[in-house]
Amino acid sequence: MRHLMSPLDFTTRELEQLFDLANDMEQHRERYAHICEGKKLATCFYEPSTRTRLSFEAAMLNLGGQVLGFSDASSSSAAKGESVSDTIRVISCYADICAMRHPKEGAPMVAAGRSSIPVINAGDGGHQHPTQTLTDLLTIRSLKGRLSDLTIGLCGDLKFGRTVHSLIHALVRYENIRFLFISPEELRMPSYMTEMLREKGIAYEEVIRLEDCIDSLDLLYMTRVQRERFFNEEDYVRLKDFYLLDKEKLSLAKDDMLILHPLPRVNEISVEVDDDPRAVYFRQAQYGVYIRMALICTLLGLTGEEGGNIC
Amino acid sequence: MLNVGKIEEGFVLDHIKAGKSLSIYHHLQLDKLDCTVAIIKNARSSKMERKDIIKVECDVNMLNLDILGFIDHTITVNVIKDGKIVEKKQLSLPKEIKNVIRCKNPRCITSIEQGLPHIFVLTDPQKEVYRCKYCEEKCRQRW
Repeated sequence: MRHLMSPLDFTTRELEQLFDLANDMEQHRERYAHICEGKKLATCFYEPSTRTRLSFEAAMLNLGGQVLGFSDASSSSAAKGESVSDTIRVISCYADICAMRHPKEGAPMVAAGRSSIPVINAGDGGHQHPTQTLTDLLTIRSLKGRLSDLTIGLCGDLKFGRTVHSLIHALVRYENIRFLFISPEELRMPSYMTEMLREKGIAYEEVIRLEDCIDSLDLLYMTRVQRERFFNEEDYVRLKDFYLLDKEKLSLAKDDMLILHPLPRVNEISVEVDDDPRAVYFRQAQYGVYIRMALICTLLGLTGEEGGNIC
Repeated sequence: MLNVGKIEEGFVLDHIKAGKSLSIYHHLQLDKLDCTVAIIKNARSSKMERKDIIKVECDVNMLNLDILGFIDHTITVNVIKDGKIVEKKQLSLPKEIKNVIRCKNPRCITSIEQGLPHIFVLTDPQKEVYRCKYCEEKCRQRW
């Protein structure tokens, strides 16, 4: 039985299969509309995350399956002091697969160790959020046609931004990737990440002004400065509006540059950019559903390949 | 010159960094053994200038080499039989250690989950980096 704890749990070859399946689901939704009939997904969300939870639920419903679960710890047995190990053993009796979000880092791994059903890490604190990374990779691959030979700008909170660290780890497995890290001094990419890139011989540059490098990018990944990652409210207020992507800055970019954002967006992308064909963050959310559909089927062993379980 | 008698059967941990012998004594739980233990601090050493030595008069199999390898894999383990060194055991960095150190990350699941062992995994043998199995927090100080 397989679980998903980190985006690196799958080889690049396995990811290709997963992306192919997700793209096939996008093009032939009706073919997969009943593949999970009779199966149940438990969404165990110990902290609120409407978007991720609804994306998982939409994915399972699209596959003809059903969903059950809880959406914050106060409405679960965790409020009574139940351990993650005990909870997952009980959930294993009720559902066929589980997506777990937990504020404590490593909680889904503890669950996976005790579970008799596949567990998907739906975000554990500031640690991993693999389905976001897989969403990002699928979006890039689907809209750019490749995951290699790209100059990628990552902009905003690069210090605490879990999604950007995870995306970098996933992208360094592909050839000829170059990174531009665009952030204020206080939110620079941590040294352990830049050290890792140096060891692997992967090119990167650190810049402060987005305008200085936007013209060289194939992809711009914007992030939000998140209040919950700061211990100090003053620092958060000072840095939260450091970057704003507007039409003026976008006019400097290549015609085929893609703008991605894990969402929710607050102030970092002006709404005037939304109608630009390069702004693909809402399509990215749609790809998030397809990749979760592909993942659920893959972990349940229902891939829909010829001779497989598809009816 | 201080004289500590030879042991007939047991093991001698040599080349311990000066001042660290008591920490090793506790980590190896030598206090729980019902045998003779001699701790020599700040002995003169040609290699290290100063070193600590621990002599233990009991079967070497009682020793957890993984813990010792994790603490300091440069320590020399001499196995003694009939008052003579019969073997020098090579220590290596263990791939994984359980319940030797605790994860200090307050956001780690180990901070709240009952009965969960604290496991650290060797992620970079060259730099001797251990990380928590659950949250991947780096172990900052081995001992």
